[in-house]
Order: sequence, then C-alpha cells, then structure tokens
Amino acid sequence: MDRYFLIASTFCFLAAVVHTVIELRAKVFRPMRFNFVAIGLGFIFQTAFLWIRGQELGRCPITNLFEVFAFLAWSVALVYMLVGPAYRLSLMGAFTAPLVLLLQGFALIAPIDTRHAVTVPANSWLEFHASMSLVAYGVFALACIAGVMYLLQERQLKTHHLHSIFYHLPPLTNLFAVITRLLWWGFALYTVGIVSGFFTGHPLPRIQVVAAIALWLLYAAILQARHLKWLAPKRVAALCIIGFSAALALLWGITFTAELHRVP
Amino acid sequence: MNLVCIGLSHHTANVATREQFAGKATAESITRHSGCSEALLLTTCNRVEVYAVSEKRISTDEIARCLIAETNRDPDNYALPFYRYEDNKCVQHLFRVASGLDSMVVGESEIFGQAKKAYELARTSGAVGPYLHRLFQRAFRVAKQVRTHTDIARGAVSVGSVAVELAQRIFGKLTDCKVLVLGAGETSERTTRALVSRGVRNLRVSNRSLDRARELAQIVGGRDVPFDDWVTQCREIDILLTSTASETPLLTSDILAPMLRERLDRPLFIIDVAVPRDVDPSVNELEGVYLYDIDSIRSVAEQSLALRRQQVAAAEAIIANHVTDFFDSISRGLNRLSHPAEHSSLSENPLRASEL
Repeated sequence: MDRYFLIASTFCFLAAVVHTVIELRAKVFRPMRFNFVAIGLGFIFQTAFLWIRGQELGRCPITNLFEVFAFLAWSVALVYMLVGPAYRLSLMGAFTAPLVLLLQGFALIAPIDTRHAVTVPANSWLEFHASMSLVAYGVFALACIAGVMYLLQERQLKTHHLHSIFYHLPPLTNLFAVITRLLWWGFALYTVGIVSGFFTGHPLPRIQVVAAIALWLLYAAILQARHLKWLAPKRVAALCIIGFSAALALLWGITFTAELHRVP
Repeated sequence: MNLVCIGLSHHTANVATREQFAGKATAESITRHSGCSEALLLTTCNRVEVYAVSEKRISTDEIARCLIAETNRDPDNYALPFYRYEDNKCVQHLFRVASGLDSMVVGESEIFGQAKKAYELARTSGAVGPYLHRLFQRAFRVAKQVRTHTDIARGAVSVGSVAVELAQRIFGKLTDCKVLVLGAGETSERTTRALVSRGVRNLRVSNRSLDRARELAQIVGGRDVPFDDWVTQCREIDILLTSTASETPLLTSDILAPMLRERLDRPLFIIDVAVPRDVDPSVNELEGVYLYDIDSIRSVAEQSLALRRQQVAAAEAIIANHVTDFFDSISRGLNRLSHPAEHSSLSENPLRASEL
C-alpha cells in the first residue's frame, strides 16, 4: 500500500523531467512553476510513504536499502523545497527532479525492499545518526546539482555557445556562493550525524566508520581549500560532484554491509 | 465603423522613402484632414504608421496625402510603398508591432516605448477616442505577455548589450564590479556607458594619451590610470574592456597567469573589441578568465537573434488568441456605439468607455 505513494511521487518527478526534456528539445527552456508544483506534490507523496512505513515499523523507515534510497530522495526534495525558491526555483527543480527520479526509480525497480525482522530495538541515537546523515547527503546532493549548473554555465561562457538555458541559469558568482553555503550546511549536518553515531551504544563496523570519516575529511578538505582560496570555483564545483558520488557509494556500502551482517 | 492601419516600414520602403513621410504630420492633423474620428501616428526610424477609426472608408491616398502635406511632391508617387491592414488584420499588425515581431531586430523592446509615447501624444492632442484607447491598451498588454511568456526579448544583439549581458551572467549585480577601460575610443565609450547604465560605479580608464583617458573618465564617472600601470590593475579588476590601436597583443597568458594565482576565486571577464586584438586568444584557456573578442561577441549576438526567431511561433500563437478575442469585443462595441447619442457621450470620456 505504502509503495503506491512512492510510485505516485515518482510519477510527479517524472512529469517534471519530461516537461524539462520537452522544453529542451524544442530548444526553448522556460522555467515555470510546473517543476516546483510537480516536485512539491512528489514531496508530499514521499512524506506520506515515509510516514506510513514508519508507522508500520515503529521506527524511522531506514531499515533496508529501498527505504534508505527513498529517505535520501525525500531529503533531496526537502532541501530543494527549502533552498530552491531562493535560487531560480524552477531551474534548480529541473536539475533536482532527474536525481530524485533516479534514486526513487532505482529503489522501486531493484529488488531491495526486503522486509526482515529487525532484531535491534529502536534506538533514538541510532535513528538520529542515520536520519541526520541522510539529510546531510540531501544537502550534498543539492551542492552537487549546483555544481553541475555551475559547470554548465561556465562551459557555455568559455566556449561562447549559449543555449536558451543559459539565460535562466543564475550568475556564476551567485552559484558559487550557493555551493559554498550548501557545503557548509551539509558539512555541519554530517558532522552532527557522525558524532551522534558514537552515542548509539552499538559498535559500528570499522569499515563504515573509516569510510564515513574519509568522506567527512573529503568535504572538510574542499571547504578548507575553498576558504584558503587554493581551488578555483570550477574545481570546487567538480569536487561537489565527486563528493556526492563518493557519498552515494558510501551509503551503498554501509547498507550493503549492514545487510551482510543480517545473513545468518 | 472602420479600423485601419496604413503605413510603411523597413519591410516595404527604404530609409530615403521613409524619411520623407516622417515628422510631417501629427495625429491631430490627420483627424482634421482625413475625416476619421480617431487617429494615432506611430513614427520610428523603421516605420511610419497611422492607426485610424472612421465612419466611412478612408483611402490610402488620403492618409499618404496627410503625411506628406508639407512637401511639394505629388502624393500619387508615394502611395506605392504603403501597406493597409483593416479590422482584425489591423489589430494583429499592431499586436505584432508592439511585441517587436515586426521590428528589424526581432524582439527589440524600444518599439514598445515608442508606441506608448505615440499613444500618449495622440491622447493628449485629443485624437484618440474609445476604440484606439482600447486597442492600444490591449496591445501593450499583449506585448507584455509575449515578453513574459516567451524568450523573444532574451539575449543581447549589440556589442554594448552583449558585454552587459555576459557580465551579468558572470557577476550578477554589477554594482560591486571593478572595470578597467583600456583605450578611450568610441566603442569603449559606448560599451562603458552600457556597463554604467547597469550599475557599474568603480571605473578606471587608461589610454596612451592621458588627456583622452582623463576626458573619458570624466564622462563616465571614473578615474584615469597611467598607461604604464594598466597591467597591475588586472590584480584587482573584474572586467577589462580593451580597444586600443596596438598592432600586437598587449595582454598574454604569460603576463596574466601569475596575477590570476592571487585572485583564484574571482572570475575575470575580458571584452576585447580591438582589431587587431589586444588580448592573446590563449588567455581564454586560463582558469576563471572569460575572453570575448569582437567575433565572439558577434557570434553571441547572432545566437541571441536565432533564439529570438525560434520564439516567433509561440509569440504569434499568443497574439492570435488576443486578436480573436479583442476583435470580437471591439466589433460588438463598434456596432453598439454606432448610435450617435451613445457615441458622443463616450467620445467625451474615452477612458470611461474603455472601462465599460
């Protein structure tokens, strides 16, 4: 039953993507409120899914890879709803929708919604640690999207070939300011998520801890390099994409090892 | 009642012909001499058009005669380049004109202001009545809608406007940008004025002749910089506008690269409108540098025009909807107002009539 809400949500994001593709194919990109409305509806359905699933489980619905991906997609949409309106809302939506669609599409198609008896009792620190980390990933995802927008704008300016979309992208310096702000927010949330992990009372697999700290160090290094002006904005934008790819890989790894631990 | 547009434009007449009809008449003189009840004269560098409302049909020759009333030439020779649009064709034509679809540079917005000015002139002289009032108010609304819902006015099409557009794409607001103008020629002045009009305040001007640099600096509200010092300015500035008569490039990657290391997080936008070029093309390869020479600026302008042309169909669709709707409503109004008593009362207060 709850899956229907996620399917409905995925269709909303699909509508936003199709709308963008049609406009781009017509070589006329006009960001309209359509994307914002579609994503808003999608977000409502996502929330409904997570709420119902959470009620069923009696805990935060991040007990398997399917739920983790759904929660991550919800985090991305949430951060977009909070951040998007400040920065050309529809345009950011045009970039956000495909990412959410991919995450949810994968979650729905892949056979990863395996229900199993949860042996560990509900632990508020563990849930706080996991959910905070996932929201941080959502912020990193938006930073990655802003990075893609930056690189796209930068490329058009360098090559002197301006697509219709060029006129709807925010200015380079504004985009860089957005990236920096998102990186700081994501980093702060991720730090809280990691620190809270030490209060769960459960020993975490060493590989997970090492990988999480490595990701934390990567973002810390990007921010430090940005602060000391060692890196050009273009490289920071590229690193945002690399950082989020690493975050996704880590997320996969964490959930995968957690699944392995369950195998008798 | 007849609604008609009679005129000539860059499509039908060359500038030598157009200039013989421009500035010779007023809306008020046209109503007086042609016998129409309402008239509006739209004169720009690309067109001379009369929009008129009359009880009986007015011939093109009559309008042509009004327009050339103060010349000694035979009006029959001039009637040829005039076009004539009646009723819904007239409405459609005005909507296209106000939206910039009939302009030489498709989508240009100047025509909108010119049409508003022409309307105000005709209104204050008493030549505009309820019909033209409604027609033009709708035309302004349509033009705004076309600009809002299509990309028809997007992109810049002149050197100055391309420079401003690109600068805004890089920096956003230009108020905090530091600009160095290298070479104080006419193109520099025009482009600098365009930048100043968009909020640039911090300007430096450098030229081989310091007097000329000082002169331009005073005109645009900047300060002059000795020509020997301009290179060091590249550490601080955000935009470099260059147009000197130098035979060899003044700025190369070797000169600029060391300075960029000190300003890694700030982009540098270079507009090189000099021929031969002042800036070596390899400078564009440097990180954070966006170099546009005269050819690339032209290329951007052409891309903008191509983009605007792609929007014409969408704009025409918006206009078509409005034409049908407006012509239906105005036809009903024209028939209703053909009763003399009603007509006179409404003519006294056209604004009130339009509100009805």
